[in-house]
Amino acid sequence: MKEYKGVLVYGEVAGGKLSSTTCELLGCGRKLADELGQNVACVVASDAPGDSVAEAGARGADAVYTAELTKDAAGSAAVHVALAAQAIAAAAPAVVLIGHTALGRELGPRLAFRLGAAVATDCIDLQIDPDSKTVVMTKPVYGGNALAEFAARAAPQIATVRPKAMSAGEPNPSHPAETIQLAAEPATEPVKVLERVQEEVTGVKLEDASVVVSGGRGAGGAEPFGTVLKELADVLHAAVGASRPPCDNGWAPEALHIGLTGKIVAPDLYVAVAISGASQHMAGCSGSKTIVAINKDAEANIFLEANYGVVGKFEDVLPAFTQKLRELLTD
Amino acid sequence: MSDLRMVVCCKQVLDPEAPPSSFKVDAKTMRMTLPPDIKQVIGQYDEFALEAALRIRDKAGGKITVLSLGNNMARDVIKKSLAVGADELVLLEDAAFEDSDSWSTAYALSKAVQKLDGYDVIFCGRQSSDWDAGQVGAGLAELLGLPVVTLARKVEAVDGKLRIEQVIPDGYQVIEVDTPAVVTVTSELGNLRYAILKGIMAAARKQPIVWTPADLGLDTTEVGEPGRRLQLNRLFQPVKEAHCEMVEGENAAEAGANLAIRLREAKLI
Repeated sequence: MKEYKGVLVYGEVAGGKLSSTTCELLGCGRKLADELGQNVACVVASDAPGDSVAEAGARGADAVYTAELTKDAAGSAAVHVALAAQAIAAAAPAVVLIGHTALGRELGPRLAFRLGAAVATDCIDLQIDPDSKTVVMTKPVYGGNALAEFAARAAPQIATVRPKAMSAGEPNPSHPAETIQLAAEPATEPVKVLERVQEEVTGVKLEDASVVVSGGRGAGGAEPFGTVLKELADVLHAAVGASRPPCDNGWAPEALHIGLTGKIVAPDLYVAVAISGASQHMAGCSGSKTIVAINKDAEANIFLEANYGVVGKFEDVLPAFTQKLRELLTD
Repeated sequence: MSDLRMVVCCKQVLDPEAPPSSFKVDAKTMRMTLPPDIKQVIGQYDEFALEAALRIRDKAGGKITVLSLGNNMARDVIKKSLAVGADELVLLEDAAFEDSDSWSTAYALSKAVQKLDGYDVIFCGRQSSDWDAGQVGAGLAELLGLPVVTLARKVEAVDGKLRIEQVIPDGYQVIEVDTPAVVTVTSELGNLRYAILKGIMAAARKQPIVWTPADLGLDTTEVGEPGRRLQLNRLFQPVKEAHCEMVEGENAAEAGANLAIRLREAKLI
């Protein structure tokens, strides 16, 4: 039987650099590999890799598998599945780490089923079991109402990891890494992208914002997202977000959706307005340093999660809150 | 083009909308429980998947077969799929299917799909509403050698192909895919329609087809717990302690202003 050793990170590139999630995976992968006394490999397959190959080395990869892709291939999950399978055949890693991102949500399961391996998706913690030296993969289940610990019964052990759940660590530019070229994988699936539509979101980008103001089902319609929530966000230089119901109802674009099936944010300050605090929403914001909740229902679950709370109708609370903030911040 | 033959995979789950405090883990069986008065439901994303199929049939015709895997499934829950208009319901139902994971579920479903009288599209919810794994759709595609389009918010049948709006991080993209294909559906597609009386009456008369592992040519070691690739070692609920400082005032507006002052004092703004 083939011996599986080491950790393989499937990297993603954004704007000519490794994505922040990939940096987190390398931070986590390096730790796991050091505990096992083994190596880290990283795949960087992109149409515009920029400095990301060198960056992967600096972030702890001992070997970087690269592939130059066309723009179409870079956007095809099927191409990444084939490249990942190729890298795994070459590196025979014991552990494969993939971001639980738009790509990773598809790549992880497809790869696992293609290889006959096991994948735990949306993991928030990975630890080496001291006895078996296998990975304990922890993931929230039941919409975040419980945690489950899994072990793989088939090799390699694949995990998709929730963004912002791991820390990236500091880069070390002198860390040596060898570069290995992967063979090109043509896009063969009968899948064609006809059109890409970007939904206009103005202001601060949600994932990068240090303050987020979010509205929920209790907002009752689209209007507060353009008025009281936006005014509060403007004063705080914050990004506007939403829980799932406003997005499903078309009150806010899907790009603002924070939660289990939306974006994951971890700002310094998260202001939850008229959000009940369902576990599925908290999955997207529980990494926030401070949570402030404004809700008319004193029994709402959000008050179990928040650091500061006001019980009251947002229509009454927000204008005064925003006005007072404006005064305090211009002093 | 002949009518589309559509398969929709639906899972019966604990109601994910139940209050968070009502979810309790049975540590011995490593299963989640809800009080018995809270009825099980069809997984919310699976309902969106069913709605996607119904909308295609509204416009272009076709046949919808709902597949569900489990044990002791509540007929009134799973037959909702017939009541809203599915043509046929096939249950993979047996004690041996209990405690399946994504692997053993997708494996059994792939055998069931192949036993059907042909198929053009397989719809799945983007993830189950219990284990939130999001693997079965992609897994079915790999096992059957089909293309998969994930996170669909709109699906149309156009000239023998599927035209799909797929949600991406900053918007959506329009994708065309040949059939047969697997499509996973996300919440923006919209809620499952309500059953009308005629549908409910018709559903009452229909009986689901039931297949066991043996009917699918599956060994009991390939299904349920023995067929898992991912072993569940622990299921637990971390203790949450409220640590919320409530800010008050004479009225809601004053409380709002006081909140600003408090956040300033705490140097959070």
